[in-house]
Amino acid sequence: MQLTLEFGGGLELLCESVKVHNVNVDLPKGVDKLTMRNLLSWVRTNLIKERPEMFMKGESVRPGVLVLVNDCDWELCGQLETTLEEKVVVVFISTLHGG
Amino acid sequence: MDEIVKMIGLKNNCTFCGVFRRQALDRGAALLKVDKVATGHNADDIAETVLLNILRGDIARLSRCTSITTGEDGPIPRCKPFKYTYEKEIVMYAYFKKLDYFSTECIYSPNAYRGFAREFIKDLERIRPRAILDIIKSGENFRISTSTKMPEQGTCERCGYISSQKWCKACVLLEGLNRGLPKLGIGRSRGLNSDVKKDIKQGGGTESIESKQCGSLDF
Repeated sequence: MQLTLEFGGGLELLCESVKVHNVNVDLPKGVDKLTMRNLLSWVRTNLIKERPEMFMKGESVRPGVLVLVNDCDWELCGQLETTLEEKVVVVFISTLHGG
Repeated sequence: MDEIVKMIGLKNNCTFCGVFRRQALDRGAALLKVDKVATGHNADDIAETVLLNILRGDIARLSRCTSITTGEDGPIPRCKPFKYTYEKEIVMYAYFKKLDYFSTECIYSPNAYRGFAREFIKDLERIRPRAILDIIKSGENFRISTSTKMPEQGTCERCGYISSQKWCKACVLLEGLNRGLPKLGIGRSRGLNSDVKKDIKQGGGTESIESKQCGSLDF
């Protein structure tokens, strides 16, 4: 499945300073729909090159990281259970700044 | 800050940075003859501060930290217009309006105590987002017992800035840095100001950072 992933608010530093990634994600075996849960684990394995604890905590994103699916807050679309369609744009923005 | 951290190590960085930056802001504002200073503190910051002050038992700060305006009696009142605005809302706004902003985190902050309060607040927000506003409300509703001794506002003997002690914190910290005493002004102040006075008699020969007189400030 073709997706566009964007990282902002400082998170891009974890992916070698690349803000926009156009990726192809394979569905896990035995699953017919790709969920955010699957995507997160894919991102952690394939895109996050350093300090994964800044991006994820447990199964979900670290508290303080905003997730937008096609410009919509994922908390409104089912959070981890949100299903992703072809060509969807997922944005991860860290809100943790300053000292 | 890099030079300061070289001298003091990785602990208590926030104390130095915060105190110096705050005075720099106030002095700069006075030089520009502004009427008011507005800072960008948001709801998350205020909630963290409330929690921080409770954890440290800092009653004096606890009673002041939720005020939306401070220093109304002074020459330059300060306010925090975003006091009730969640950091999340601000980031969303900046994203959708395509605003350019700095998103770097202070390199010394991982060791800061505030980080623990922040982590906790973020976990709370995930479970019950209203918790942040509720913590602020609780902070506002604190009433300090009248029998508790509170610090009184005076002026610093060395530079004239407002201070509840003989010397303002910036002067104490500066003195510590100049004299190679990185712990001066850190920790509970039990006669620290008197320690400073004793040390003054023995002068230091090395280059020292000058503290200019606060001539233009009438606190």
